[in-house]
Amino acid sequence: MAKSDVKLIGAWPSPFVLRARIALNVKSVEYEFLQETLGSKSELLLKSNPVHKKIPVLLHHDKPICESLIIVEYIDEVWASGPSILPSDPYERAIARFWASYVDEKWFPAMKSIAVAQDDEARKAAVVQVAEGLALLEEAFQKISKGKSFFGGDHIGYLDIAFGGFLGWLRVTEGTGGIKLLNETKTPGLLKWADDFAAHPAVKDVLPDIGKLAEFSKVIVAKMRAAAAAPAK
Amino acid sequence: MSGETVKLLGHWASPFALRVIWALKLKEIEYEYVGEDLPNKSPLLLEYNPVHKKIPVLVHGGKPIAESLVILEYLDEAWKHNPILPDDPYERAQARFWARFVDEKCMPSIMSAFTKKGEEKEKAAKEARENFKILESGLGKKQFFGGESVGFVDIAAGWIGLWTRMVEEIADVNIIDTAMMPLLESWFQRVLQVPILKECLPPQDKVLERFKGFHKFLTGGSS
Repeated sequence: MAKSDVKLIGAWPSPFVLRARIALNVKSVEYEFLQETLGSKSELLLKSNPVHKKIPVLLHHDKPICESLIIVEYIDEVWASGPSILPSDPYERAIARFWASYVDEKWFPAMKSIAVAQDDEARKAAVVQVAEGLALLEEAFQKISKGKSFFGGDHIGYLDIAFGGFLGWLRVTEGTGGIKLLNETKTPGLLKWADDFAAHPAVKDVLPDIGKLAEFSKVIVAKMRAAAAAPAK
Repeated sequence: MSGETVKLLGHWASPFALRVIWALKLKEIEYEYVGEDLPNKSPLLLEYNPVHKKIPVLVHGGKPIAESLVILEYLDEAWKHNPILPDDPYERAQARFWARFVDEKCMPSIMSAFTKKGEEKEKAAKEARENFKILESGLGKKQFFGGESVGFVDIAAGWIGLWTRMVEEIADVNIIDTAMMPLLESWFQRVLQVPILKECLPPQDKVLERFKGFHKFLTGGSS
């Protein structure tokens, strides 16, 4: 398939875009990465995702697919001859989808709460929430990985990609806050998983540089805090 | 696979449980229904869905699956009869997109219109109307979101017109605007004419009573 058949509209810091990139890498799909500029949205993005106007958007033969996890499933289905991203067993697929949904709907919002917390007390409460979520994910990891390196077993799978997309932001949050969210006592499995994931060939070249991400996060967090502190219109 | 028992933990008034019932009926899957007496959650529910402690939960051969859209995908993969999702990956992606849009955009804005007052209520209603207008673009001129027959999005959202009308009545808001969304409005009617979907609907008068109760509780009585 020609490189121009597959395009991904995205930006390097986005955990959601990262999911799509990793999935494409797992399948060894060549694609053109169309980087958006922060603060402005390209005509192509607005045309391709008129509903949400958000990245990532996968363009396959110029047909747009939006929403990161939907993109990952699409990639798995279209490039079916490559390594599988979702497990083959329907029950295991359901479990993977359940936890990916949990990460998006419960865990990541708690992570964002740490960033926008207006005071120390709010920040502490948010950290507790995130830690509780990680305890659940650790338990899930132990059950699902069955002693292997990844949620997907020997190979990275849907849940590795869904959760792993946030690894950079997790590291930045740890660094900024001087906290160890992944640690030997509470999350030994995830602690090792994080290193294995970051080192994986499909991940390591697209995982954002943590220093660069930390710098970028200052800009984003300032914006998020301003929006959170502003009175509702 | 077909030999193992299927159980559904649900609630008579829940549209999320209704999604699963619709899918089970359409795919002709035999199941045992266990009605939860919310808010008194049974030990079974807490055991099967410790993370969210919510219905619906599907239990297949003793193994639980939670989250209604996850359950729909599971049913479609474990039982090949009468598929809910299309075969084509691009069409599947579209179906998933619109089902999520209903949950992430339509539902919250309708709920906001239901629970808020005054200017905030009107603002939420406007957003809910706009979201329905956007949802209509996913339907287009098709009979159903699934095309000629009901599919994933119809099952995920087929109840929403009926529920929204109740919200409109109780909260005194306008969300379904015929002029603005004629195609969606006729879909609201058409989808509930499908016999299998129609016959599973809970008694509407009881749902309305329940909503009225919620509204009183959530808004402190007056609108």
